[in-house]
Amino acid sequence: MPGLLKGFSAIVRRDLLLAWKRPGDVLNPLFFFAMVASLFPLATGPSPEQLMLNGPGVVWVAALLATLLSLNSLFLSDFEDGSLDQIILSPQPLPLLGLGKAAAHWLLSGLPLVLVSPLIAVTYRMPADIVGVMMLTLALGTVSLSLLGAIGAALTVGLNRSNALLSLLILPLAMPVLIFGARTVSLAAAGDPVAAGIYFLAAYCMLALTLAPFATAAALKISNE
Amino acid sequence: MWSFLHKLASPPHFYGLSAKMIPWLYAAGLVAIAYGTVAGLFYAPADEEMNDGFRIIYVHVPAAFISMSAYMVMAVGAGIGLIWRMKLAHAVAAGAAPLGAWFTFLALITGSIWGRPMWGTWWEWGDPRLTSELLMLFLYFGYLALRAAIDDTAKADKASAVLALVGAVNIPIIHFSVEWWTSLHQGSTLLKAGGPGMHPDMLYPLLAMILGFVLLFAALLLARVRTEVLHRERRTRWVRKLIMPAGEAA
Repeated sequence: MPGLLKGFSAIVRRDLLLAWKRPGDVLNPLFFFAMVASLFPLATGPSPEQLMLNGPGVVWVAALLATLLSLNSLFLSDFEDGSLDQIILSPQPLPLLGLGKAAAHWLLSGLPLVLVSPLIAVTYRMPADIVGVMMLTLALGTVSLSLLGAIGAALTVGLNRSNALLSLLILPLAMPVLIFGARTVSLAAAGDPVAAGIYFLAAYCMLALTLAPFATAAALKISNE
Repeated sequence: MWSFLHKLASPPHFYGLSAKMIPWLYAAGLVAIAYGTVAGLFYAPADEEMNDGFRIIYVHVPAAFISMSAYMVMAVGAGIGLIWRMKLAHAVAAGAAPLGAWFTFLALITGSIWGRPMWGTWWEWGDPRLTSELLMLFLYFGYLALRAAIDDTAKADKASAVLALVGAVNIPIIHFSVEWWTSLHQGSTLLKAGGPGMHPDMLYPLLAMILGFVLLFAALLLARVRTEVLHRERRTRWVRKLIMPAGEAA
């Protein structure tokens, strides 16, 4: 069915175009990511051993927070200008359109984070071969976070005070991704095998790809009725 | 069977039936907890390694058990409510959440108190059970916060039901990841509390306490659901009749 792919790609293209017209929405979470990562050396001191020990955790926490920051507006503008109604009413399957929104979100927030993360890693004195593992875990992890976050954003769209609420809903659910992401990079830094962690992140990513769009679709319908 | 379930799902019938069940549940729960307390505190032999310190297990383990079961009750209620649009099931989920959060809190506090003499610290991140119990509390907080943020009851029911189901899928993954995370820490050999081979004199009071906590939870849950049902059905005739018995409901 060619029509299915059309709806999906139309959503992705539209969101990318919107972001192109308003680049601040994409750049602000990136600046936030860099700033959170630079808070830690300033707060805990610049000793190289400590930086190397904390680096993986800091990059992952900063990435998680930056993703949360950008998730809040995932459905907001669509909700405000009424296009969310059109998306829900359209004959295309809603889970697929929700998947399109999550895909666009990942392209606009997850992927830039992955690309910027080596800069942070260098300031934390991470060796070059670890940086590759870090980028891989971030790539897999941010896909899961975008999918998981889309559920939360769909549940809280249109609510007042939804900013803190979204974090409260998503953070506990995102713990497995954080734990495996950060620990895998730490293991790589210690020279231990990392396959288990990467397999887990990939498995989690697949599970989220399969189930999350349906939860997002259900949540969108409930929030918008 | 089906007609019984159908009847149970009707709020007035549930309201009447639960009124009869609650005293029995309280009584049975009290008996089980009384036996468990006396037998656990006075008759169970002291543990070889932990002496009398282990006796907090009689509160800690049942509370932790309820904190997990309450989430299951919540998720099943949410699922039934979402799929079959049964309002009473949503009310059960709404009633189970704050209770589950409190039992989780109790499990955390008792675990922390237990940890003080055993590990020499109030909090040990290296213990997977304590850490996943903390994440459990956060899950309850998220659920309660979402419910509180939505004014419309029907919408709050459905939205929080989706969250409860997503959480139910995630809980095993969270437990697994926390265990994996801590298994890489070194030196938590002290944490083999309880152990598989338990003396019957220790075990039976524990089972009695768990049963007692389950009965207590059931009674508290029914009481909460009753008030929830009254609140939700406040504009219906049967509630009006219940509150203003004769003539006044003009």
